[in-house]
Amino acid sequence: MNLRTVLEQKSVAVVAGSGGVGKTTTAAAIALQAALHTNKRVLVITVDPARRLADALGVSNIGDQPVRIENAVFESSGLQPQGELWAAMLDTKKAWDQLVRRHAPDKETTDAILTNKLYENISSRFVQSHDYIAMERLFELHEEGQYDLIVVDTPPSAHASDLLDAPQRLAEFFDSRLLKFLIAPSRSRLAMLTAKPFMQLTDRLLGKRFLSDISEFFTLLESMRPGFIVRAEQVKALLASTECSFAVVTTLEPAAAHEAEGLIAELLRRDLELGALLANRVLPEYLLGTPPVSAHDFDGQNADDVQRVVTELQQNAVRFGHLARQQQQQLTDLSERAKILGTIPWISGELRSLEGLSVLGEMIW
Amino acid sequence: MSSLLDRRFLVVTGKGGTGKTTVAAALARLAAQRGKRVLLCELDATGDIAQPFGAENIGFTPTECEPGVFVMAMDTEKAMQEYVHLNLKMPFAFGLGPFARALDFVANAAPGVREILTMGKLCWEVKRENFDLVIADAPSTGHVVSQLDSPNSVGELITVGPLVNQTAWMREMLTDPERTGVVIVATPEEMPVQESLDLIARLDERTQTPIGAVVVNRVHPELFSRDDEVVFQNMKPLTDPAEQLLAAGRLALAMRHQQAGQVDDLRASLRSSIPLLFIPQSFATSEPKAVSNEIVESLAAEIDE
Repeated sequence: MNLRTVLEQKSVAVVAGSGGVGKTTTAAAIALQAALHTNKRVLVITVDPARRLADALGVSNIGDQPVRIENAVFESSGLQPQGELWAAMLDTKKAWDQLVRRHAPDKETTDAILTNKLYENISSRFVQSHDYIAMERLFELHEEGQYDLIVVDTPPSAHASDLLDAPQRLAEFFDSRLLKFLIAPSRSRLAMLTAKPFMQLTDRLLGKRFLSDISEFFTLLESMRPGFIVRAEQVKALLASTECSFAVVTTLEPAAAHEAEGLIAELLRRDLELGALLANRVLPEYLLGTPPVSAHDFDGQNADDVQRVVTELQQNAVRFGHLARQQQQQLTDLSERAKILGTIPWISGELRSLEGLSVLGEMIW
Repeated sequence: MSSLLDRRFLVVTGKGGTGKTTVAAALARLAAQRGKRVLLCELDATGDIAQPFGAENIGFTPTECEPGVFVMAMDTEKAMQEYVHLNLKMPFAFGLGPFARALDFVANAAPGVREILTMGKLCWEVKRENFDLVIADAPSTGHVVSQLDSPNSVGELITVGPLVNQTAWMREMLTDPERTGVVIVATPEEMPVQESLDLIARLDERTQTPIGAVVVNRVHPELFSRDDEVVFQNMKPLTDPAEQLLAAGRLALAMRHQQAGQVDDLRASLRSSIPLLFIPQSFATSEPKAVSNEIVESLAAEIDE
């Protein structure tokens, strides 16, 4: 089993992991490999805010709508794709507005929501909105059926598993008793006996206007409920289908590896497919041993100078030996959770070209 | 620059995995060593704050984990109980349980409710001066703005009521550089550096909370002097182990070079009034979570510089 066989069989690959582990780059490298070595039409959806990916892919600007990486760009990097590579960037605000337009029952409701002062706050923050939007956009593009393989780079979340929870959270939110309570007409709300302390406390704590402001907004939201719930279920179903596989990317830093372990456990628990576990920025193995070396093992120059530098290098080797052993331990711990499908060495500098991306891609292909 | 520890309220944040909990704990220990009574509060309920002190069961009521360092974990429900009890003088004839569950939903949907309770509790601790210094081990960069911005966002959403009146003095405290400082922890890597700069921009724009310091954590040591680097570049290995030793040296130089580039970017984008504090990478293998005196000492040296 390797990444190639996984990608040949799937139409969706979700690249997950904690922030800063090289997710965006890895997602791009995976998509590039698929476009190079299979005849699929591949789309990578990224959330890269720095737009470095656009640079590396040789397109001046990636937006909400997929753009194709032209063959000329491949040629200038000495590459020849068998398939096609497309790229799109997630625009959370735009995607939320689109959702509202789709699910709101009429134009008045749409306008009322889009201009509501709570809306902006909520569309940017509420129930892991970025995560939901990433999954929603994936679903939409998958439904359109224009691509044989969609690789999604996921937003940095507080917890990588938030991504998996997002559709469910949204559905739960619309189903919650609180929402029903908030949107109930205020007279019947007061009639609910259990609600009385709640009302009293909220009014005293937050002021009388607060609840009415909020309930007005949620009444608007409620009108979109059926659409949202159906959609969230569909998104969930796509993630759980045999067409979809997850790739978990991590570095061997304790915090990132810990997140990856948690994510793997969540995938298992939900019966979602872990297609690949990839370790990034791995130190070379030779650092594990500390070879017996003296100044005699080096040629030329002043012997005292060489001796001094060798001593410094030996200290350095000891320090990096520690780091490499820590990484080795993380790697062992991780491989107990899942098979590690590929490792990417620590690379100096940034990837600025398709060529660089493909070198990286070859390592995990 | 000793003014960092002379402030009354430090909010420690940073991208996840950069070691902000360790830095918060080290700052607490350092301040306590200098005779201050410190309250260290974890805001994100991960329980990680207990580890640096080898403690267990940290709760809402502060525990003195070492002389002068009182550690607590934020609990919005309890913070609200305390608030209601102190401010509204409401009898607790009814349980807060259902309300707290409801609050969970409201807090998810209505920006600022949970955050205002958290910040309210901390600001109140600063105000009543039971401690010389309150240190918050705050959420990562993505979320801390809504914490610090909560007096404003609540002010926008809630137009009347007792909570609104309270936001005024909180705002004043949170924008006072004599009393408050945000400490941003980053590692010398691209994403943490970028997130730190983004955070400063957002804080400037939305909350005007003063930045106390940016702490650059896990900085690799300088390998050798410039002269020795020339010697190094000209050394020819005669054996395989010798080549490996050189390769390890080249790797270290490349990493150090990359880190230096990130630090340069950070420094170039940072206004000069914000101090940069450096903590070296620890190569020790034992207990990565424990607050080593090594970290406390390097922080002390950097702060006093």
